[in-house]
Amino acid sequence: MSAVAAFFYLFSAVAVASAFMVVVSRNPVYSVLFLILAFVNAAGLFLLMGAEFLAMILVVVYVGAVAVLFLFVVMMLDVDFAELRQGFINYLPVGAMVGIALLVELILVVGTWTLSPELIRAPAAGAATAPTISNTEAIGQVLYTRYIYFFQAAGLILLVAMIGAIVLTLRERTGVKRQDISAQVARTKATAMEVRKVASGAGLEG
Amino acid sequence: MNAPFVMPALGPVLPELVMAVGALVLVLVGALRGEKSYGLVNGLAFVTLALAAAALVTQPAGKVLVFGDSFVVDGFARIMKAIALLGSAVALLLSVDYLRRENLTRFEYPILIVLATLGMMMMISANDLIALYLGLELQSLAAYVIAAIHRDNVRSSEAGLKYFVLGALSSGMLLYGASLVYGFAGTVSFPGIAAALKGQSGLGVILGLVFVSAGLAFKISAVPFHMWTPDVYEGAPTPVTTFFASAPKVAAMAMMVRVFIVAFPGIIGDWRQIVVFVSIASMALGAFAAIGQRNIKRLMAYSSIGHVGFALVGLAAGSAQGVNGVIIYMAIYVVMTLGTFAIILGMRRGDTYVETIDDLAGLSRTQPFMAYAFGAILFSLTGIPPLAGFFAKFYVFAAAIEAKLFALAVIGVVTSVVSAYYYLRIVKIMFFDEPAESFSPLTPTLKAVIGVSTAAILFFWLAPAPLVSAANAAARSLF
Repeated sequence: MSAVAAFFYLFSAVAVASAFMVVVSRNPVYSVLFLILAFVNAAGLFLLMGAEFLAMILVVVYVGAVAVLFLFVVMMLDVDFAELRQGFINYLPVGAMVGIALLVELILVVGTWTLSPELIRAPAAGAATAPTISNTEAIGQVLYTRYIYFFQAAGLILLVAMIGAIVLTLRERTGVKRQDISAQVARTKATAMEVRKVASGAGLEG
Repeated sequence: MNAPFVMPALGPVLPELVMAVGALVLVLVGALRGEKSYGLVNGLAFVTLALAAAALVTQPAGKVLVFGDSFVVDGFARIMKAIALLGSAVALLLSVDYLRRENLTRFEYPILIVLATLGMMMMISANDLIALYLGLELQSLAAYVIAAIHRDNVRSSEAGLKYFVLGALSSGMLLYGASLVYGFAGTVSFPGIAAALKGQSGLGVILGLVFVSAGLAFKISAVPFHMWTPDVYEGAPTPVTTFFASAPKVAAMAMMVRVFIVAFPGIIGDWRQIVVFVSIASMALGAFAAIGQRNIKRLMAYSSIGHVGFALVGLAAGSAQGVNGVIIYMAIYVVMTLGTFAIILGMRRGDTYVETIDDLAGLSRTQPFMAYAFGAILFSLTGIPPLAGFFAKFYVFAAAIEAKLFALAVIGVVTSVVSAYYYLRIVKIMFFDEPAESFSPLTPTLKAVIGVSTAAILFFWLAPAPLVSAANAAARSLF
């Protein structure tokens, strides 16, 4: 057994096992951590296939951002997952039936799938196809040249998403005391101090 | 190793560049000047729209492809962009007074309108599936946010949430269809898809086409993907509804025309069934469901569903004449819609805006100008000659008859007669019912918009030539 095959079985076994653990673990935080493990192993599988860019993106985007976001949501929202999972056994037969039906359909569809030879042709125009360069290099060559328009448009969409999140959620709280350094520096003795004569035996009113 | 970088030609995208840079400047101005900068940002947004319009009309005629053929500028794109810019600018103009009264003067509002308009221009010029999706998403995302801009109002938040959830679903369907089309055609570019299909339709392409049409039908709120329209139109603040009903409809319709005419010209028999069904269903639902409505914004939502159905009659024809009809229909529809919503924004007593049809009772005695103008607009929406609405319907039905779609044309005329019932009922309420409490006087802006749109509707028959010949030239640029 070659090293590649050994790594393939290692990554896929761990990925399947951790995916299973995502579903069955009682603590939702463990679920998210197993999800991260599944992502990392999927990234390993991508590496074995020579798709190193996808592997990097999977780790950066899914592990670095999405899974951490999940973790935040799980920790901040007070969801009783044990309660949600009640009745799991009751619904198991129906769920299993639906699952088996879907599986059979998938097998029937994919099993009879034949690709017309005409359709297997060169990928979309503009993609660099030289086999000597890596995926990342090929993407880098077209991302800011051939696809500059899409890149900029995606940037604008992200800007709208950011503005939207701020518009809909940011609330200016009143009564919060903030440090205003320029106001502090601008204070003079005249504005900061007040000297009063206090008559002996009398208090200071107001 | 590295291919030499060739600077893409930026001249053809100057209007979009102006909008994008303008939006960034507006964000900076708003961020630096803080909450009080609404007036300034709003003014600058008008400047941005005007500069983009100026850049648009000074573009040389002819067809230009840029950015690796994914962005096309032709006669069709130019006229649709001009209509969209006009719709956005007037919707923004109408919003000022309302936002001030309702205390919604946030500088993000004009920025989001500018970004949504930029998205529309990108949709109109999209020449491949990726550009189409990015433009659509830019426009929709900004629209979801402004639907919920009145975030302390339950109905506005509900409108935003509903629009977002259903919009995300439709985007998903569109993407799924686009991926199928890409898979079976081997390219995302519209002319490339047309060339790859060679007039042959396979099951996979048809499936992709159905999903793409479903996504597009959602964006123009055509039946059976119209469910969000009444709720969103009613719940969103009225100036936002004005915006939704005008410019984005034009852009989405332009995008739909370009997808069907440029990417799938060879399989017209396949997509014509879809368009005919959607068109008939929209016209019928628009005519019958509006009858029971009491809220004028909800009624206008059903009315706009019906009008989309009428415009689709022109697309179903699939000819240059049909596209010509669609362009004329959308131009006149935008003018009528802006006039109607200017009147709805004028339905104000003191500081409260009212929205029920009964509030219009006896308007002819309390506010004759408003009543007569609204009367003219309603007759035009019905399609009574010699008002502009008649010509809009005339051109699409003529194209349908030319394409031998007689049943479609007859059903269109019948539903148009049914819709006359609810339009004319409003006229009856305004002119013959006992007057309700009078509205506050119209602001000068509203008066101007109502006056201009009514005049355009009344006197269109005197000089239809500029619009008709421009639409004709634009339609021919697609074929």
